[in-house]
Amino acid sequence: MENGYIQKIDPDWFRKRLLVAMLLVLLVFVLLGARLFYLQIIRGEYYRELSSNNCLRKKRIEPLRGLIYDRNGRLLVDNRPCYNLQVIPNDVRHLEETASKLSEFAQVDAKEIESLVQSNRGPYGYAPVVVKKDIDRDLMAVILSHSHELPGVVIATGAKRNYIYEPLAAHLIGYLGRISEKELKAGVYPHKRGNDMVGRFGAEKAFETQLSGVPGEMIVQVNATGQVVRVLDKEPARPGHNLYLTIDFRLQQKAEALLAGKSGAIVAMDPENGNVLAMASSPGFKQNAFINGMSGKQWQELITDPEHPLRNKAIQGQYPPASTYKIVTAMAALEEKVMSPATTFYCPGFLRFGNRAYRCWKDSGHGKIDMIEAIVESCDVYFYHAGKALGVDVIADYAKSSGLGDKTGIDLTNESKGLIPTSEWKRKTVGSPWQPGENLSIAIGQGFNLVTPLQMAVLYSAVANNGTLYKPDIMKSIMSVSGTNVEESGPESFGKLPVCRETLEIIKKGLYDAVNKRKGTAYWHVRSEQTPISGKTGTAQVIGRRLDDMPEDEEISRKYFTHAWFIGYAPSNDPEIVVSVLVEHGGGGASVAGPMAKEMMLTHLNPYEGDDSAIGADGRE
Amino acid sequence: MFDRRLIQYFDWWLLGITLVLGFIGILLIYSAVNAGDYNSGSGLYIRQGVWFAAGLGVMTFSFLFSYRRIDRWAPVIYAVCIILLILVMVPGVGMTIGGSTRWLALGPLRLQPSEPMKLAVIVLLARYYARRIKSEGLVLKDLLPPMVIAGIPFLLIALQPDLGTAGIVVIVAASMTFFVKIERRTFYALAVLIIIALPLGWYLLEDYQRMRIMMMFFPERDALGAGYHILQSKIAVGSGMLYGKGYMEGTQNILSFLPEQHTDFIFTVVAEEFGFAGSIFLLILYLLLVSFGLNIAYVCRDPFGTITAVGITAIIFWQGIINIGMVMGVMPVVGMPLPFVSYGGSSLVTMFLGVGLLMNISMRRFVSS
Repeated sequence: MENGYIQKIDPDWFRKRLLVAMLLVLLVFVLLGARLFYLQIIRGEYYRELSSNNCLRKKRIEPLRGLIYDRNGRLLVDNRPCYNLQVIPNDVRHLEETASKLSEFAQVDAKEIESLVQSNRGPYGYAPVVVKKDIDRDLMAVILSHSHELPGVVIATGAKRNYIYEPLAAHLIGYLGRISEKELKAGVYPHKRGNDMVGRFGAEKAFETQLSGVPGEMIVQVNATGQVVRVLDKEPARPGHNLYLTIDFRLQQKAEALLAGKSGAIVAMDPENGNVLAMASSPGFKQNAFINGMSGKQWQELITDPEHPLRNKAIQGQYPPASTYKIVTAMAALEEKVMSPATTFYCPGFLRFGNRAYRCWKDSGHGKIDMIEAIVESCDVYFYHAGKALGVDVIADYAKSSGLGDKTGIDLTNESKGLIPTSEWKRKTVGSPWQPGENLSIAIGQGFNLVTPLQMAVLYSAVANNGTLYKPDIMKSIMSVSGTNVEESGPESFGKLPVCRETLEIIKKGLYDAVNKRKGTAYWHVRSEQTPISGKTGTAQVIGRRLDDMPEDEEISRKYFTHAWFIGYAPSNDPEIVVSVLVEHGGGGASVAGPMAKEMMLTHLNPYEGDDSAIGADGRE
Repeated sequence: MFDRRLIQYFDWWLLGITLVLGFIGILLIYSAVNAGDYNSGSGLYIRQGVWFAAGLGVMTFSFLFSYRRIDRWAPVIYAVCIILLILVMVPGVGMTIGGSTRWLALGPLRLQPSEPMKLAVIVLLARYYARRIKSEGLVLKDLLPPMVIAGIPFLLIALQPDLGTAGIVVIVAASMTFFVKIERRTFYALAVLIIIALPLGWYLLEDYQRMRIMMMFFPERDALGAGYHILQSKIAVGSGMLYGKGYMEGTQNILSFLPEQHTDFIFTVVAEEFGFAGSIFLLILYLLLVSFGLNIAYVCRDPFGTITAVGITAIIFWQGIINIGMVMGVMPVVGMPLPFVSYGGSSLVTMFLGVGLLMNISMRRFVSS
């Protein structure tokens, strides 16, 4: 029989178990019924009240944006309390009427208020829409005294960004700006709403996700007039993380003081890890103006200023490297073995090539000169010979392997790539073939060559640390509010200088002697008794790329002035700081940029000299 | 061949309750989707009506032949369902909606193989237990095959991911196993094993699933996500009071405070619009359905029929109480349809198929094949 198992078990055995199961089922249903009774009958009134009049409101709790500190923990950016004018769409009876009244008081366009409220009302219309941030006491008084004719208009406390030492490091720290309609729609910032501020420039933009935090929310019960009666549920906001920059407040201050009244940039880096110790660009701008809102005129002035105050010249400015580039040519010549350190040339003050005379900056000439002397005295003729022997494409290989012609990868947007020309580049872009004479200008950092002050700082850092190219870093660490480390940055190398140790030693000797030998271009302006400094001057021609009509005339307008470069490091034997200085139309590299770089280095190496606040903070007299 | 007694013993009560539940479902779906000005009219209730008709057809088919044939076919049914579940996982074949890959597209229809899988597990387990049952209870060795039978579909469904349905497979399998009795010492050993395994299971859960379980115990911890839904759900249920706000008049319903109101949160519509009276009525319908199911197991005289009836009843019972408990804030929020009422074709047809099997067992209780 197929169902042979039937005999094995008695149906009555099942029946007992089924009775137990039925009892359990009954018990569960009684419990569910009891819960239903509790919710609908005992607590029914309470829930009916919550559901009627739509008296539940979701209130957003704004997160505090993370603070920004310098590397030593000095607070640079914080938040200040402020009052915001808000509208709760559902509590407004006639939007048009309210908007036109509000526009009278608050000087905001009525149409703008309407569209702001409409586009941000959300699915239920109970979330407040910010109409105007940071209103002053006068406006607050007016609104409060007219509150009876402005239903649905509320004033809420908020926080606004405050740049304590503005315009200190304005380009590096950056600023906030209002989120755009487009960004909102695209969901670029998932936690933001209309009228919120987001990082627009600098570190504020680069570290937006870490700084901005996550908003919380409260579910509250309100009465007919919109007052909160009780809080039903609450999810606190998660504040943004605090950002510790690599910059040193004192050094940054010094850099900006040195640049005051000039147009240019200073970058200071730690050659051992790429930490940016200071990054200044001049002229600067006031960041709080972006937070408080500026007039159209103010904005126009900022963007039409010929000195480009909004541009971070340290990473966005592109300049001919001039003589500071000679170390690249020297590296290429030594590595390609077209020259040895002992190779000498005679400099009569010019080199005849083709049907032209290419002039040395020193009209009387340097006479017989070898490789190191050529770096020290910045002899153009010597490097014309190198350029002639190497050709543009070989030099370009070395320049690119040294980090030039491409972004350094610093955590800031809008970084420029600079330009390292090749013969192919010129054919494609300019449309004409490479001329042999151009090899000569390229070799001394003129011609099409363009670099940023930051790129040069990275290159000279690599020389200082014996060959490693570090990605410049502006973030030291990111800490949560509770003090745990969220992110920490370590040195990040993106390559090695394409040279052997012997070549590097020759370059370093040249850079040392340029400052410390009497004949050196930087001897009179940069040499220090306190610490050995190495470095290279540069004087970049602005117009007229032809070397034989260099405008040296004091009379001509400032914009024809040369750009002044100095890039160097100290102490020479064990470098702790690399400084790259560029002054637009500043004149001579040695006399203008050199002393600025020297002062930066000395400030860094003498921690307490001339800084009262640092002494005070340390408890010393 | 056709026995007059088949009609004599036809379970009209079971059919009646099933039809009433299905009809209530269509009514509630209509209200959930169409109440208020904010929602444009939607034809979901018509689709549910079509599924309802299809369910009746499947049900009729399912009691035309003796359920004892299913005993023989159980392994094949099980294998087919497993293959369908695996097909769902094949990229390009399975359909992904809302982050879960649960469906197979069949022209305009969507099949969710995890629904019939529940029945397949029940019949295969019933076949196994009917042969292995003994009055002193099952020992560990007897329990290994059932663990595999329930474990494979559990894993396949949990990977979709669909924790609700995967959980139901295990809960129903466990209910059937307890029903056929576990030997006492084996029972204790298993209990200890499960207590040890629980923390591990917790570790394997996704973050949002952990949060939902936490939410049940501490609803105030997250006001935005699941906690907000539980609160809104409780407001909808509680505000119904004794007689409700009237059909299509539920304010929570109209303002769409709850997502998935036509599927997992359908009970809030009856509770809000028909109040305690309506909710208790629905609850009693489920109680009756479960009681009749157990009664069929009670009067059936062969183990396969009894155990199958218990398994099918267990699905209705567990899905019903977990869903209603979730809506009232006493169970975690898991995706679990309310049997016969929630919107969803695969679920509805599977439930009708299950009831068809119950009827089949019921009407052949005195007929030997």
